[in-house]
Amino acid sequence: MIAEMFRKPTKWSVMKQLILKDIDDLIIGSLGIVAFISFFVGGVVTIQTALNISNPLIPKTLVGFATRQSIILEFAPTFMSIIMAGKVGSFITSSIGTMRVTEQIDALEVMGINSLNYLVFPKFISLMLYPFVISIAMFLGILGGMAACVYGGFSSLEDYITGIQMDFITFHITYAFIKTIVFAFILATIPSYHGYYMTGGALEVGKASTTSFVWTSVVIILLNYILTQMLLS
Amino acid sequence: MIEVKNIHKSFDGVEVLKGISTTFEKGKTNLIIGQSGSGKTVFIKCLLGLFDYQEGCISYDGKVFSELSEDKKRNLRADMGMVFQGSALFDSMTIAENVMFPLKMFTKQSQSEMEHRVDFVLNRVNLINAHKKMPSEASGGMQKRVAIARAIVNNPKYLFCDEPNSGLDPKTAIIIDNLIQEITDEYDITTVINSHDMNSVMEIGEKIVFLKDGLKEWEGSKDTIFKTDNKAVTDFVYSSDLMKKVRQMYIEEKQ
Repeated sequence: MIAEMFRKPTKWSVMKQLILKDIDDLIIGSLGIVAFISFFVGGVVTIQTALNISNPLIPKTLVGFATRQSIILEFAPTFMSIIMAGKVGSFITSSIGTMRVTEQIDALEVMGINSLNYLVFPKFISLMLYPFVISIAMFLGILGGMAACVYGGFSSLEDYITGIQMDFITFHITYAFIKTIVFAFILATIPSYHGYYMTGGALEVGKASTTSFVWTSVVIILLNYILTQMLLS
Repeated sequence: MIEVKNIHKSFDGVEVLKGISTTFEKGKTNLIIGQSGSGKTVFIKCLLGLFDYQEGCISYDGKVFSELSEDKKRNLRADMGMVFQGSALFDSMTIAENVMFPLKMFTKQSQSEMEHRVDFVLNRVNLINAHKKMPSEASGGMQKRVAIARAIVNNPKYLFCDEPNSGLDPKTAIIIDNLIQEITDEYDITTVINSHDMNSVMEIGEKIVFLKDGLKEWEGSKDTIFKTDNKAVTDFVYSSDLMKKVRQMYIEEKQ
């Protein structure tokens, strides 16, 4: 499927519009839910961390430090990708699957258009902007943590800021973005595969969306383990 | 002209087409008829190159489809227009955008030239002031007309229609049939229609291929189908009371 996606490309003037539409649907359209979840989960991570530090010898700066590490290393790249598998992945599978059952893909093929290039390639390119979404998730997660920390009275703003700057390893950001790009590839291809190669009717579109979500999540979790082992250990 | 030689097609060991050979001539409306499950849709999808077949060959004006490279197959498909049973219009586009789509993909025409051509073909299929409607806002008959307009907008050499009047009322079905025949005559294209509608057979069946259980059981025209003694054909054609009465009248007239 991936090799076929790059063969006989669609006219650039048409492809440009498809890419812009998919950026709007997949990236811009996801920003709201990403911002909402990141801000509040960041807050919850901070509260949980703060409540579990009962030893007075442990500095309050640890709250900011733990929040930063959790958000940058796991929450933003991995768990946000699982959420995106539900939102973006289901959208991709159901939209391509509906085109399959209503013979729109056959119509493209009959016209001599490489339907895989026409349908999947723009989604693949659009999701290369996925690291931008994850950057926002990282920023808002840490911001949410700061709001929860300060307004919840768990530590001072200064302690939190000191904590998020403490022992900062820049490679962790590189690691997070390597994972993000790999997950973006997974988010574009697995749901497209399940939509493109599905057979049956409307009921099967729903089943394909569910199967695609399950497989996308499983592959993300497995690759997360493998990449963490390879890059951090 | 499309020449079909000994086409065999199986799915999971079940043979659906069992060696069909026929020709579909240029400038004629060629009908493939038969009961549901006789292999009509599989046959038309083989003609379109959407299904690979195990044996046989199909040639389009001398070009054997299976011998062409993938790119040449796609170029040949650009010469084909298809009206799908469910119209297969792109949901995300307006009616005008649907019709303009093949022009955008395969021509270097300017926007105004494309708009002019879209106006012309929509007018040709008697659709006026429907440009900005979405396919979901159009009736079944309108959707079929849009599908025909999209199929002919790029001047195809071959037009395929899979049950073009299914789900339509008899009056609209006749309008669609006549429209297809007019377009076939006007543009001198090879038209192949998949149908089990006897009205279509009587209206536009210049050449008729009757399929039964994946085999070509009979071939002829709308003039010869009423005279045939082939039992499978007569069982199919005269399955309704109306058609039985028509036959009775025909026999009485002959006597």
